[in-house]
Amino acid sequence: MYRDVRAALAMLLGVTLCFPTLAATTNELISAIQAVESVGKNHSQAVNAIQELNSGDATTLVPILNAMGTANPLALNWLQGAFESVASRSLVAGNLPKEQLETFVVERSNNAQARRLAYEWLVKVDPSAEQRLIPGMLDDPSTYLRRDAVAYAIHQAKSAEADQQREFWKVALNGAVDEDQVKEIAAALKKLDSPVNLIEHFGYLMDWKLIGPFDNIEMKGFNVVYPPENEIDLSAEYQGLKGAVKWEPFHSDDPEGLFDIAKLTESHKGAIDYAYTTFNSSEERDLEFRLSIQNAFKIWVNGELLFAREEYHRGMHFDQYIVAAHLHKGENVILLKVCQNEQDQDWAQDWSFTFRVCDSTGRAIQAAR
Amino acid sequence: MRILFSFTFVCLMTSQSLADWRQFRGNDTTSIASSPVENWSGQQSVAWKSSLPGRGLGSPVIIGDKVFLTASSGPRQERLHVLCLSNTDGKLLWERTTWATGRTGCHQKTCVAAPSPASDGKYIVGFYSSNDVVCYDLEGQLIWFRGLTYDFPNASNSLGMASSPVIVGETAIIMVECDDQSFSCGLDMQTGETRWQIERPRKANWTSPSISADGKSVLLQSTAGVSAIDPATGQELWTYSEGASSTPTLVVSGDVAYVPSNGITALRPSDSSSKQPEILWKEGSLSPSTASPVVANNQLFVVNRGGVLTCASLKDGHREWQARLEGGASASPVIAGGKLVYVNEEGLLQIVDLQNEGAVVSTQELSETILSTPSVDGKAIYVRSDGHLWKLSMD
Repeated sequence: MYRDVRAALAMLLGVTLCFPTLAATTNELISAIQAVESVGKNHSQAVNAIQELNSGDATTLVPILNAMGTANPLALNWLQGAFESVASRSLVAGNLPKEQLETFVVERSNNAQARRLAYEWLVKVDPSAEQRLIPGMLDDPSTYLRRDAVAYAIHQAKSAEADQQREFWKVALNGAVDEDQVKEIAAALKKLDSPVNLIEHFGYLMDWKLIGPFDNIEMKGFNVVYPPENEIDLSAEYQGLKGAVKWEPFHSDDPEGLFDIAKLTESHKGAIDYAYTTFNSSEERDLEFRLSIQNAFKIWVNGELLFAREEYHRGMHFDQYIVAAHLHKGENVILLKVCQNEQDQDWAQDWSFTFRVCDSTGRAIQAAR
Repeated sequence: MRILFSFTFVCLMTSQSLADWRQFRGNDTTSIASSPVENWSGQQSVAWKSSLPGRGLGSPVIIGDKVFLTASSGPRQERLHVLCLSNTDGKLLWERTTWATGRTGCHQKTCVAAPSPASDGKYIVGFYSSNDVVCYDLEGQLIWFRGLTYDFPNASNSLGMASSPVIVGETAIIMVECDDQSFSCGLDMQTGETRWQIERPRKANWTSPSISADGKSVLLQSTAGVSAIDPATGQELWTYSEGASSTPTLVVSGDVAYVPSNGITALRPSDSSSKQPEILWKEGSLSPSTASPVVANNQLFVVNRGGVLTCASLKDGHREWQARLEGGASASPVIAGGKLVYVNEEGLLQIVDLQNEGAVVSTQELSETILSTPSVDGKAIYVRSDGHLWKLSMD
């Protein structure tokens, strides 16, 4: 329904843009841009609308920021382009609306990226805004602003008297979600005999049941539906690559969240293991699974395939894959298919993953007890 | 009178466009400055140095009095920049940013702004490892934005993507080639809409498209070989299937492509009815590393991993001479004023005399890690690191 309205508005704008005497309103231009979808859909109206929106005056800035909040990631970038064009002219003209920008920045329900954008232009005309706003953003829902607050807190911790440093570092840790900042804080706290539990802080899942290996010789197993994809029967026994296989529980003690299948079991090649766990959610909610893995994999939650990726040994990064998920209240079943190929190079032996559960800002969500 | 006017117009336009450096390895992807300084001594000096807001490996684009380049910033390099600087003094004229919609993870040596931007002289197209594509006019007005990993969620490489787009006519040709959803596409320069999209080998690929000398085909290199396509339609014109490198990119000179394949293989398209090119020669001892080969003075130049520059005959690939340059390079060498410009990873720029068996004429210590291929216009060399952009005047 919402899409239909946007499409109708976009069509109306298309007609309007064909007749210059019928000037489109800012809202109509924004609607045409918000109609942009994947694979270039609705670009024809949007390219006309963006030209007009680019040439708007300072009064269009806040409407554009507001529109970013209801835009998809593609349209958001189109709108950001228009904002920057208008803002750069307004900055030169001296009429950038700094009070309105600040109001937009401090309203935490606004879009995180739009707030960051507004903040960056605010400090161009009011550098004092940084000191006024950032220190209070340690718990801000926008990671793009909270990061600055954490950096400020880290600076404070480093500057504090020796007997106060621990508390300052702990304050910084409470806001930190970015890997580099968390690790810097954790290293400082470790020196102060207050080690940080990174597993808990990031929300890694460390207990999984494994079954395998199944056949992935010549990487042919990725799309083969082995029994765990059809049923989760923890007492079942199936025929695997090298004989009968059954589910077995494993726990990883790795301090940085790595669940190393090769180390916990055996370093099979041309093999597939399935990893199963459950997550008890205190409520029905949207959240994110964030994985780091350099094996081909598939992930299901409650039987629904969320994402599949067929790439081997191209590197492993923090939060490498962000997979949106919807959990129901209570126990949710998570199933991973982790595929290993037969490369024999030293750098191609990893058969492991990290898996954490967090909100869209990267803050860990702990399972309900 | 009309003929005289037309002739003058063409000369003026040609003069303007020849000084530009519009994409990775130059307007025609040969790495040769179109408007060289006559009898350049090889001496150079720093004209200006500008700070940059983020990481980047992409070469600068030079359009008249403006220099364009891309960068990526933020803890996850999720902020994508297009910058426009004054060619006169390096001051920032405008900066625009977008947010990555694709994955931004990559090997620490590379970065999200690894591909070079490209321009048709009217628009500037930024392309990133996240497979986001953004088009601005030369004044910084957004024209369109695409997120190709947003469209195709498995189009990515965990080591990072690095292929640079080229623009031919009204089409931006973009290679998004990786182990999973692997394709190349042509985007309409006016609207960003997909003009064509073709499936490509599912294998990581960091090479860039090359333009044939007549501009009628674009050569796509991959581990499978080389495919020549029509840039307007994506239709395949001919194919070479004996494999090729996934890192250094072939170079075209005249009607021959010198391909990093089994060493170097020289290919010439056969008559128009044949789907297979003629193999002129293969030379296994020529082994380009990351840097792409270049042709100048009817000779082929290849740099290996250790910084050894080999000059080979275009006729049969046999070695004519070698010179050891200082340090290995990720940046491809380019030709300016008849000299070869080589920048090693430690940031030592070396100007090499190709007429004197690779003697180094001058150097410039930039004292930063440089992995980016230089750009050259008629009068200067432009080099960037993660932190800075230098303009070096050709004295």
